[in-house]
Amino acid sequence: MSPTEPTVFEIGAPGRGATDQWPEATPAEALDDLPAALLRGSRAALPEVGELDAVRHFTRLSQRNFCIDTQFYPLGSCTMKYNPKACHQYAMLPEFLARHPLAPDSSGQGVLACLYELQEILKAATGLAAVSLAPMAGAQGEFAGVSMIRAYHTSRGDHARDELIVSEAAHGTNPATASMCGYTVRELPVAEDGDADLEALRAAVGPRTAGIMLTNPSTLGVFERQIGEIERIVHAAGGLLYYDGANLNAILGRVRPGDMGFDVMHMNLHKTFATPHGGGGPGAGAVAVNARLEPFLPVPLVGRDGSAYRLLDERERPQSIGRLSAFAGNVGVLLRAYVYVRMLGRTGLRAVGEHATLNANYLLARLRAIGYEPAYPERRASHEFLITLRREARELEVTAMDVAKRLLDYGFHAPTTYFPLLVPECLLIEPTETESKATLDAFAEAMARILEEARREPQQLRSAPHSLPVQRLDDVRAAKQLDLTWQAPAAAPAPPSG
Amino acid sequence: MTEIPEDLQYTEAHEWLRRRADGLVEIGVTDHAQSALGDLVFVELPAVGRALRAGEACAVVESVKSASDVYAPLSGEVVEANAALEKTPETINQDPYRAGWMIRVRPSPQGETSPTLSAAQYRRLLDEQRR
Repeated sequence: MSPTEPTVFEIGAPGRGATDQWPEATPAEALDDLPAALLRGSRAALPEVGELDAVRHFTRLSQRNFCIDTQFYPLGSCTMKYNPKACHQYAMLPEFLARHPLAPDSSGQGVLACLYELQEILKAATGLAAVSLAPMAGAQGEFAGVSMIRAYHTSRGDHARDELIVSEAAHGTNPATASMCGYTVRELPVAEDGDADLEALRAAVGPRTAGIMLTNPSTLGVFERQIGEIERIVHAAGGLLYYDGANLNAILGRVRPGDMGFDVMHMNLHKTFATPHGGGGPGAGAVAVNARLEPFLPVPLVGRDGSAYRLLDERERPQSIGRLSAFAGNVGVLLRAYVYVRMLGRTGLRAVGEHATLNANYLLARLRAIGYEPAYPERRASHEFLITLRREARELEVTAMDVAKRLLDYGFHAPTTYFPLLVPECLLIEPTETESKATLDAFAEAMARILEEARREPQQLRSAPHSLPVQRLDDVRAAKQLDLTWQAPAAAPAPPSG
Repeated sequence: MTEIPEDLQYTEAHEWLRRRADGLVEIGVTDHAQSALGDLVFVELPAVGRALRAGEACAVVESVKSASDVYAPLSGEVVEANAALEKTPETINQDPYRAGWMIRVRPSPQGETSPTLSAAQYRRLLDEQRR
């Protein structure tokens, strides 16, 4: 593999391309009604390459990617599980693909039936009363969920509640969502054992508390054991409980957020329900609520009258927080999730949670035996766990980032690094249920060799990766001087004549 | 080795305070904080004139690893902000206690202050966290 791949602009030449497929000329009147200020004065700098060169270029780039279909991908809190091909196959049926989103409900009864059943299955899986599939990403699901909390308090004339409590271990999206919805964030500290600090919670709640946002199991990879008490404290203060479904994979089929007392949640279908993600989506962030928040669900919902399905909009749902997109969510993603849950069934979904947890605990035990330090040594892992390299950083000057980069040389995608920040030099490792014992063992063996290298030849780690097309990147420069725009190099000086 | 100047006060959230002869209090983040965050790439400072309440988030420091709030250790008015940091956030990495100062605050007469630590107490806090 060549060490560098030129950009697509650099492999072509002017005039190369499928010119016989171009329109013959742009009719001048097509531009008549565009203001002169909006017309470009020079030609667009578009790449001009032959089809085969374009295919090879992008195929080569795709081969340099780490992805779940080629590598173990234990990216904690992201649940990079395998996306079964059957889900893609059925979602790509032409009857689904070719349906126009504005076609009448009567001509789309099949797709609406699938979405309706998905709503019902997610209700059963979460223990909540109603589901909307409208949110198009996890963050949009959070926004919908917290908007419903706001709508609920407002509908009761309870306008004093302007604070949301968010754990200091929360995903960054939680405080961001709270802010987006107009709330002030109150940070809830975590106690030494990884559970929430209940004294701090008791001190924080009051007439200004709109609710609390929690991930359980938390981003520390442990199950919040005091969830019953947290529920009593927050509800007694008049607040609502929001469940961040990012870690739902751990408890699937075992514990339901509704049974823990949560009022509202989002699910990352692109995590727990195996639809593709990474690289920006498309995601799906379905929301589920209990009965008191049901009127506020985002529209459209899929309803059923007898045997006919139809989309319900603002007319039937006057208290809805409204629409989150022009149509009915990312339907192609929702269909994949639907096929996934139908293939697994109730027992299969339960096995997902069990195997995800078993794999995480097995890998934790192996890494511990090798000499890595668990961040919460007294706690059983959920579907993911944290190790800390603070000792290696202090004694060997080898950081979590160095270990992560070295893992790439061994053919593994790195775990999540430096999150959550309250654990120094941490790696957050989530194997997911779809990995075999052989893969977990191979990863553990690579980690053993890396620890050995850290002790004997730490420079191997500090300058890793060595075997990839791109070596250690300058993160700081990339963050400060990001430049993604290709520019034609200045014309080369003409060769001297004579 | 983490530098902890004797003449400053500290907070549990890793800010430092310097009480100046002119009555203003200079605030920044500690050497430990800059080292834990790693190379800083972005700093957001409060507007001059803003009234701060002790304990509220008043600035943001962002590194390649993460973004963190800086909390006002006391109530008062922002008199000056070190605007140079917005162009060169790495100054905080290089010189957290001098050139890397973030804001100067005129304490409010009510004197509301978050609990602060001496250099010795702050060192003990870091030692405990390293265990």
